[in-house]
Amino acid sequence: MDILTLFIIVPAITVLALIFAKGLKQSRIVSMIGSIFQFGMAINLVFAYFNERAVNSDIMVFTRDVMWFKSFNIRYSIGVDGVSVALLLLTSIVVLAGIFISWKMKDLPKEFFISLIILSIGVYGFFISLDLFTMFVFFEIAVIPMYLLIGIWGSGPKEYSAMKLTLMLMGASAVLLVGILGIYFNSNADGGALTFNILEIAQVSIPVEAQKLFFPLTFIGFAVIGALFPFHTWSPDGHASAPTAVSMLHAGVLMKLGGYGVFRVAMYLLPEGTLHWSWFFIILSVIGVIYGAFAALKQTDLKYINAYSSVSHLGLVLFALLMLNKTAWNGAILQSLSHGFMTALFFALIGMIYGRTQTRDVTKLGGLLKVIPFISVVYVIAGLASLGLPGLSGFVAEMNIFVGAFQHDDLLYRVVTIISVSAIVVTAVYILRVVGVMLMGPVKNDAFLNLSRVTWYEKTGILLLLIPIVGMGVAPLWLSNMILESLQPFIQGFI
Amino acid sequence: MDFSSFLLMRHEIFLLAIILLLIIAEIFIQPHKKGSVVHLAIFLFGIHTIVGFVTIEENSLFGGMFRTNELIHFFKNILNLGVFVVLLQSADWLQEKIVHLNRGTEFFILMFASLLGMYFMISSGDFLMFYLGLELSTLPVAALAAYETTKRKSSESGIKLILSSALASGISLFGISMLYATTGSIYFDEIVTVISSTNLSILGMVLFFAGLAFKISLVPFHFWTADVYEGAPISIASYLSVISKGAAVFILLIILFNVLKPLFSIWENMIYVLAITTMFIGNLFALRQQNMKRFLAFSSIAQAGFILLGIIEGGQLGVATVVYFVLIYVFSNLAAFGVVQAIALQTGKENMKDYEGLYRTNPKLSLVMMLALFSLAGIPPVAGFFGKFFLFTAAASKGYYLLVFLAVVNVTISLYYYLLVVRAMFLRQSETAIPFFKNRLYMRLGLSITVIGILVLGLYSPLYDYIFEMSSNFK
Repeated sequence: MDILTLFIIVPAITVLALIFAKGLKQSRIVSMIGSIFQFGMAINLVFAYFNERAVNSDIMVFTRDVMWFKSFNIRYSIGVDGVSVALLLLTSIVVLAGIFISWKMKDLPKEFFISLIILSIGVYGFFISLDLFTMFVFFEIAVIPMYLLIGIWGSGPKEYSAMKLTLMLMGASAVLLVGILGIYFNSNADGGALTFNILEIAQVSIPVEAQKLFFPLTFIGFAVIGALFPFHTWSPDGHASAPTAVSMLHAGVLMKLGGYGVFRVAMYLLPEGTLHWSWFFIILSVIGVIYGAFAALKQTDLKYINAYSSVSHLGLVLFALLMLNKTAWNGAILQSLSHGFMTALFFALIGMIYGRTQTRDVTKLGGLLKVIPFISVVYVIAGLASLGLPGLSGFVAEMNIFVGAFQHDDLLYRVVTIISVSAIVVTAVYILRVVGVMLMGPVKNDAFLNLSRVTWYEKTGILLLLIPIVGMGVAPLWLSNMILESLQPFIQGFI
Repeated sequence: MDFSSFLLMRHEIFLLAIILLLIIAEIFIQPHKKGSVVHLAIFLFGIHTIVGFVTIEENSLFGGMFRTNELIHFFKNILNLGVFVVLLQSADWLQEKIVHLNRGTEFFILMFASLLGMYFMISSGDFLMFYLGLELSTLPVAALAAYETTKRKSSESGIKLILSSALASGISLFGISMLYATTGSIYFDEIVTVISSTNLSILGMVLFFAGLAFKISLVPFHFWTADVYEGAPISIASYLSVISKGAAVFILLIILFNVLKPLFSIWENMIYVLAITTMFIGNLFALRQQNMKRFLAFSSIAQAGFILLGIIEGGQLGVATVVYFVLIYVFSNLAAFGVVQAIALQTGKENMKDYEGLYRTNPKLSLVMMLALFSLAGIPPVAGFFGKFFLFTAAASKGYYLLVFLAVVNVTISLYYYLLVVRAMFLRQSETAIPFFKNRLYMRLGLSITVIGILVLGLYSPLYDYIFEMSSNFK
């Protein structure tokens, strides 16, 4: 069994073991063991990747290619580069943290953990796939458990949010399907056989007319899950209604599929289409950046604040990808990682605050720093990372993005770059406002005076996410180099 | 005459033997043991299903009236499996509601007679045999639809089915007569060589097509579907939606691809329009259904619309994807109908509202239903996804990207109503949820077969490749 397929096999075995588990205690132990194993494998993969990269200069390493449906030339082909290794690491950390955060899941715990881990299978599979069909299969596997996760264990208007989220994401994947089929049937443009394999299609020059037609379909299909304006509306409702661990996984990992897919499929395979359409999607993504930031400003529900903040931050990822140079792309991937850890941490903290105070309304909270200092301090750190303070992960990412974006010297790019830089200021406003109102000041409610202390499993979950945020901020170079190296083959279509 | 060539009709002869055996058994089984005829019939049909898998060589009989080849043979096996599951799922219903009325044996005889008709229909080599098969497959089902004589709705559904299908086959026959008028032959092999696109032959084709469209319940020939499904016993509704539809799709493939191939450029447009209307009407009407049988009726109309996306390809890929999709559809739809059947039998409830909170009381049954609905909706990794994806690939291979786009829009619409059922079962909690009950052996077996099918058929890729190979010499 190769090192990558294990990323699908191990969670699958975990799910099987969970089926036989009884009650909360067994379920959470089984899921924890499975996820720790997965986390270990991700760490191992990083080292293995560096070793392999030293001797192997292919675009993808650890590749494996098994025929699946012969008549369509559909293959189970997998492989990773620096970008996917980094995202796999992110996924394994967020899943593990999510399981610690759900330590006290009351209702149907077994089913909860099973759905959560099935979701993670989809995400892992998506990041390792090099075949459009396999990738699409995993993409849908990652989306559909969200319906149950939000619908059964969520809060508020959960049925509405779950349905809205599922339909919008599945609708997007339906559009994506047309795009994929379009790419497939043009993959023999150079006289070869039809193929779904990304690396092979990249060698083919697909006719420009087809690229122009299928690029928007593929781009939108992926970007909806990356909260592209105006298709982001599923995200705030979904996040607000989802239970804590699901919000974490969703904002932290699932939304990254969008940026990754755009980068790996839409832009890599359809470079002419990208150049033709990029102005249009740049404008949309900048609207998303600004709109998300201002919408977050007006929210009073903590989860909505972070959901809109995600729209803004992920808009920045799409924006950076469309800048089409290595610096900005590096920033986009770093932003994906940084945002993944940070948002997961935010949602974990919000879950803890809500679990203790029974409210997420900022105006009803106050002086939390005095009563739950640990949670509050971490909240401040996460907030600072979000607004891009040097020394934390957010800064590295945004710095790269804007440096990359400023390399273009025509008017449109200058204007949109300046507009999106200004969103950082707005971010600072809404983060500091929450910190000021919720954490500082007098304790507004006497019931808050005897809130329970942070438990060990909550601390573990928090630390798992906090360490990478600080680590990325302090020592970004190894990660940044790993990503930059892998970007070279992808940029070639645009030079 | 060489009697060994009759072995080509093994399926038909064996089934006829079972029918005769059941008639004899009916005479000899004592009145208080009438229930055992159910076991006997299921046992015999089980053997028939297994024996059917023995391979057969390609040949024809009676001067080309009856022919068989690997793909036709394979398709008969699909029908057999489907009917076998239907029998398993309806065994308990027969034992409880029908046998004591002394009408158990007739149920099997009628159903097998209808299946026999389908065998002849899909094996037909000329329009006469085709028409005989069509009639034989429809008439007994009308009797079966009216089988619950104590219920007025059941009789109503029987009447509806017989009247509308008589009209449809009348129109179809009219079309056949026009085709005969233009080509001077009723043999498929001869027609294909002489047919050309004249006004009369096009009119004949359209009328002929209308008759089959009725059986597949394509819009605008779908009006009978929901009413008949709702009134008929559940096992008959599932038989109509799966077996009868499957056989009709297959013969439609044969005739369009072989006999009317010279008119491809004309029926291509016809299929294009019908695919769009069928998908949209089926899906939009399914949105508001409360009764599970009506719900599945509209869902199966929409599924027929998806099948047309494979037919429009007009070649080997089209045949393979359609046959593959029908195979998966048989299992998915039978699983859904099986759960509806099990619940209706235990509690008499068949509305979506009654399913609320089902997961908390009957987790296994809810999981089966969820898998079935996901398969119908086309969500990986269950089989339905592969079936749909390949159908869309078939349409896209001819450049029908707009049609594929409309189809995927419809997939999203259909996901909404499939999720409504999931919502009722999993998300809602109810004081009056259906209490826990245990299914009997036959029902459990019937559901297990479908679940295995749903899980395995998609992921096991050699199956599709096998079907694709067989479709290459499709005649």
